[in-house]
Amino acid sequence: MSFSGPTNYRREAAKAIRDKPEVRDSVTAATRTFDAHRVHAWGQIDADRWRDWARDVKTHVLTHLDEYLEQAERQLTSNGARVHWAESADDALTILGEIVREHGVKRVVKAKSMLSEELGVNRHLEGLGVHVRETDLGEYIIQLLDEPPSHIVGPAIHRSVDDCRKLFHERLGTPLDADPDELAAAARDALRAEFLAADLGISGANFLAADSGTIALIENEGNIRLSTSLPRVHVAFVGIEKIVPRLEDVSAFLQLTSRAATGQPIGNFVSLIQGPRRSDEVDGPEEVHVVLVDNGRTSLLADEAAWEALRCVRCGACLNICPVYRQTGGHPYGWTYSGPIGAIIAPGMLGLKEALPLPHASSLCGACVDVCPVRIPIPELLVHWREKAVEQGLTPRVETVGLKAYAKLARRPGLFSAAGAVLRRVPLGLGGRALPVLGGWMQERSAPKSSEKSFLQMWKEGIE
Amino acid sequence: MVRLLRHLGIDVEVPEGQTCCGQPAYNSGQPEEAQSMAEHTLEVFADAEYVVLPSGSCAGMMRCFYPGLVGSDARVTSLVERTYELSQFLRTVLEIDSLGSGLQGRRVAYHHGCHALRELGVKDEPVALLAGCGAEVVPWEADEECCGFGGLFSAKLPEVSAAMADRKIDTLPDVDFVTSTDGGCLLQLTGRGQKRGTGTEFVHLASALWRGVTR
Repeated sequence: MSFSGPTNYRREAAKAIRDKPEVRDSVTAATRTFDAHRVHAWGQIDADRWRDWARDVKTHVLTHLDEYLEQAERQLTSNGARVHWAESADDALTILGEIVREHGVKRVVKAKSMLSEELGVNRHLEGLGVHVRETDLGEYIIQLLDEPPSHIVGPAIHRSVDDCRKLFHERLGTPLDADPDELAAAARDALRAEFLAADLGISGANFLAADSGTIALIENEGNIRLSTSLPRVHVAFVGIEKIVPRLEDVSAFLQLTSRAATGQPIGNFVSLIQGPRRSDEVDGPEEVHVVLVDNGRTSLLADEAAWEALRCVRCGACLNICPVYRQTGGHPYGWTYSGPIGAIIAPGMLGLKEALPLPHASSLCGACVDVCPVRIPIPELLVHWREKAVEQGLTPRVETVGLKAYAKLARRPGLFSAAGAVLRRVPLGLGGRALPVLGGWMQERSAPKSSEKSFLQMWKEGIE
Repeated sequence: MVRLLRHLGIDVEVPEGQTCCGQPAYNSGQPEEAQSMAEHTLEVFADAEYVVLPSGSCAGMMRCFYPGLVGSDARVTSLVERTYELSQFLRTVLEIDSLGSGLQGRRVAYHHGCHALRELGVKDEPVALLAGCGAEVVPWEADEECCGFGGLFSAKLPEVSAAMADRKIDTLPDVDFVTSTDGGCLLQLTGRGQKRGTGTEFVHLASALWRGVTR
């Protein structure tokens, strides 16, 4: 099962709320825990200064992206890695397909990578007749369930432990009352065999240091280490925005990202990969391919405001705090990246028309901007895309014309009051649901009881 | 709010020309319309010593977004400096600690409206004023979470919006009433509460504080 695009967000969100209340419970509980850990972890450092620094470094990179990408390519090449450039998902998959063919690859293990989800790597490999196995526990669970990820960091966040008990009972033969440790042990056994049999390992990248051509990966389970070092060939898909200037910048970004994502000072494992196994090394792949992927990122970069969203380090902190995301999890957003960050990068990466209504999937509560480790002005960018949607005629006419009329009225106080008086007399309880705008309101709430007189009338008559 | 301010010896004027601050248009991506309403608002309140609003959201719009929308000329800077949300005005300008003891023995939950909280940084002021009237402000795990109003959001995505209100209502502690400084949030919570038949009373902060003065 894969995503069908953001267009049906409202319908899918409503369906999730109505039919799967347990998803809301799982997501709310897990995101609240993630966020509490973030709060604690940020309290241990001068988080504001770290965030300023991270914002500035990422902004610097994005304004010198061509230079750093070329430097990274030179360094990676001199380290013995093979660098490929992919403008689109198709390009990236074609490159992967060639590597698979060249090496006669039959079995693939995958480290968790949102970019690989974005590109549709698994489906493509399966189409080529290749066996592919996700090795991150959360990704493994959703692969067995044939579901896309519901959260950037915790892909199976919408599922409960009980769901996993049933799934593992059916697929791995664990008892129905297995505790989480038993479940993890069963997954580990199953995955160990996959690691040993794999010809190729696929990963993403959290960061790519240009000065040394170093791919940095954070994880907690050790599966990334195994996926990238055990098979003969390693392919890393790297979004072009993942670059940082120096290896020493990576050290701070690893810590800030871990603290923002899960509240850990740093992930349990950090892998730094510069190229294939050297002659004096005992471990590591014979070949390392680094695929630098655009797939809509330069379109986002070209936007005069929304380019700032490319600073994102995919920590998921904005999802964790978002009251809109918490009601449904990620699936209704209809594409790989959900929550506030998904809503502001979708229009740039997919096209605004394809991304609507995601920029409207926010009450503009502003909680996300307070937690973003790279200070992306998320609410401003949501409004920015709404503005573009109006400019491009993609917003329903009843709304744009309505607000134009409202703005005109607001300059004529007499008429404004008169319109208010009319509204107070509309029998909302009876016909309200048929009205534009008010119809949506009336569907879920009782009619507001209007006062007999407006405040201004009361004011004119005298307030005692 | 008028009664409350008069009680404190403030000369209250309500310019009859006032209409809307422009936030609905601004948040919907129609800055030209918002700008027109901002210009109107700037004219209407040009002469006031202070502009006090019973709404963190409108106050946030004027203080935080007018400069970007209209420009940072003297008119705008002056309005920004003179504009306060009610509890902010009572605490920081009038330096009020207690308005009376009419809320003695009352258990109250306070909903932090998003724009008052995150745009204006209003957090302790309303709570201190309620406590100053004798109320016990009861801890509420979702007190800083959005109620799901969000202006047109509540009509465009009513199902998600209602689920957000439900989360607020479902986590409410046992209280006599819920109060907040934003009419929009109260409309949302009241409407959803009534639809569900919860019977909780949602009261504007000005009314709650007036109870503190008079009861």
